Amino acid sequence: MYAYDELDRTLINERVSEFRDQVKRRLSGELTEDEFKMLRLQNGVYLQLHAYMFRVAIPYGTLSSKQLRRLAHVARRYDRGYGHFTTRQNIQFNWIKLAELPDALSDLAEVGIHAMQTSGNNMRNVTSDQWAGVAPGEVEDPRIWSEILRQHTTLHPEFSFLPRKFKIAITASEHDRAAIKIHDIGLRLHKNADGETGFEVLVGGGLGRTPFIAKTIKPFVHGRDILSYVEAILRVYNQYGRRDNIYKARIKILVHELGIEKFAREVDEEWRQMSDSALTLDHSVIDEVRSRFSYPAYEKLPHMPDELKQAAHDPLFERWRKNSVAPHKVQGYSIVTLSLKPVGGPPGDATADQMDAVADLADKYSFGEIRVGHEQNLALPHVAKRDLPQLWKALDRLGLATPNVNLVTDIIACPGLDYCSLANARSIPIAQELTRRFANHDTADMIGRLHINISGCINACGHHHVGHIGILGVEKNGEEFYQITIGGRADENAQMGVLIGPAVPYAEVADVIEDIVEAYLALRDRPEELFVDTVKRLGVEPFKERVYATR
Amino acid sequence: MTSPLEQKKIRIMGPSVVTANRTWDGAVVYRTSEQGWSTVLSDAAIVSTSDDARALLAESVADDVGAVGAYIAPVEIKEGGVIKPGNLREHIRSKGLTIDLLPA
Repeated sequence: MYAYDELDRTLINERVSEFRDQVKRRLSGELTEDEFKMLRLQNGVYLQLHAYMFRVAIPYGTLSSKQLRRLAHVARRYDRGYGHFTTRQNIQFNWIKLAELPDALSDLAEVGIHAMQTSGNNMRNVTSDQWAGVAPGEVEDPRIWSEILRQHTTLHPEFSFLPRKFKIAITASEHDRAAIKIHDIGLRLHKNADGETGFEVLVGGGLGRTPFIAKTIKPFVHGRDILSYVEAILRVYNQYGRRDNIYKARIKILVHELGIEKFAREVDEEWRQMSDSALTLDHSVIDEVRSRFSYPAYEKLPHMPDELKQAAHDPLFERWRKNSVAPHKVQGYSIVTLSLKPVGGPPGDATADQMDAVADLADKYSFGEIRVGHEQNLALPHVAKRDLPQLWKALDRLGLATPNVNLVTDIIACPGLDYCSLANARSIPIAQELTRRFANHDTADMIGRLHINISGCINACGHHHVGHIGILGVEKNGEEFYQITIGGRADENAQMGVLIGPAVPYAEVADVIEDIVEAYLALRDRPEELFVDTVKRLGVEPFKERVYATR
Repeated sequence: MTSPLEQKKIRIMGPSVVTANRTWDGAVVYRTSEQGWSTVLSDAAIVSTSDDARALLAESVADDVGAVGAYIAPVEIKEGGVIKPGNLREHIRSKGLTIDLLPA
């Protein structure tokens, strides 16, 4: 966990006071909506179909049990008893009243949570690997660098009015769980030949109506220089990024139009002028941030405790353990993913009661710490293996032990037309129907790793471009239709999926997905060949043929 | 959402209402013929000509404290004068979520 200092606490509390005054003036008519809109957006407040939506940041996906309880309190006191975890380590409340928002912000501020820069054309929540600090083989805890970037960019005047929103993600593992290649800047922490820690810097990734995979702009930037290098990128973007067309304003368009080489030269020139500036991080600064992260006092525990050996006789426990429990860097401990994808449930939603219960379980089994992943699941990062059987029973009672992590029913979905004012089509009911179709865990296990991502419009909040199967809702003559792509992925080998053919109507989507999965099962070389690898080997044609031959 | 300004160029194709979100809580509201707002669609003022629609919209936009983001939305008039939303988006805004919040 990271402990905020007095400066952070003051900043957050002052922001609450400012927003309380702004809301008061808006409700009295002193501020018009045009004047107020940017102020509310700067505090994560959108206006959606039915109500205001309040997006709260969970920096680098790390929460304390105390913070999660407070989120539960906000869900219960100010909303309708639930919240929605997003693909960028935020939580959204869908029914909040503007008049009560200052109180909700104030309650959150007491535990160091805020909504600054969760919207607007600024630097958004810096995201990271939800297994940061506990994943075996990790170079270093990437949250230290996420926090340095968070501190530097929060309310930074130069980055508060960018051409468009700006998103950074950081990973420190070989396997990218933070989807860095679809971010404006992706940072991969690694060591160079001299054993120094630094970053491969990628730039210009993003989804939306013009999707791009990020390109490497610098293979290695030393850790001490990362602030200045990121700032150099932002300065070039701030100078040349388009402000005349919202659809061409993201940095990905600038990088694409200039070309990565020319863009890199511009950045290098800017960076050269900043070398040895105050932005160069000395060890004391890095160590200060590092020292504010606390790590558990792990016990020395056996690799295979008796409790685990005994529980292994229970096939239901074993199914869950094999699916949802991952190795930890410390012997005797595990990382446990809590699926927020129950059969028939809205992906990523958690009730206030579930949040409270997870907070209690975190206190009991995970040193009071919870993580949030971009796949819209939670994780307990420090669970002793001896406690896994008891934890599983407790999670099962809460509906949080569905053994479907990374399987066909672990669906990423945006809120879609049920909530979102931008959406053209619904996402959640498509996801719910698919989870019912593939509810049999044996079938899901047999299919293997398969990520379905659903977006209700081209803005791609459900990351449909990089789903192994991507589903994009569009509107045709007032009806919901869905375009299907296959072969996308968001990991270290990120790529965009390929469209398989004409859009299909709402009622046929689940049938089409079943056809695609059946085609895969018939076509795969061997049971271990993943869906994306079969698509890579054969292309989309066999799948296209299967789907459209009878339609 | 089409902005009120753009909607000035749009001719309505059938019966329409003006809808928005109430400022203090964001609730879906409809402009009434009494120059107020109601959360009930059947209370909405129905307009059938483009001129009337533009006038109702202009009056609604002027009430910035009462509601936000006013725009013209199509409705259907069913037998007995029952008013129904004219498209899926408006149906969802009027009737609420189409989904189960809890797992089946």
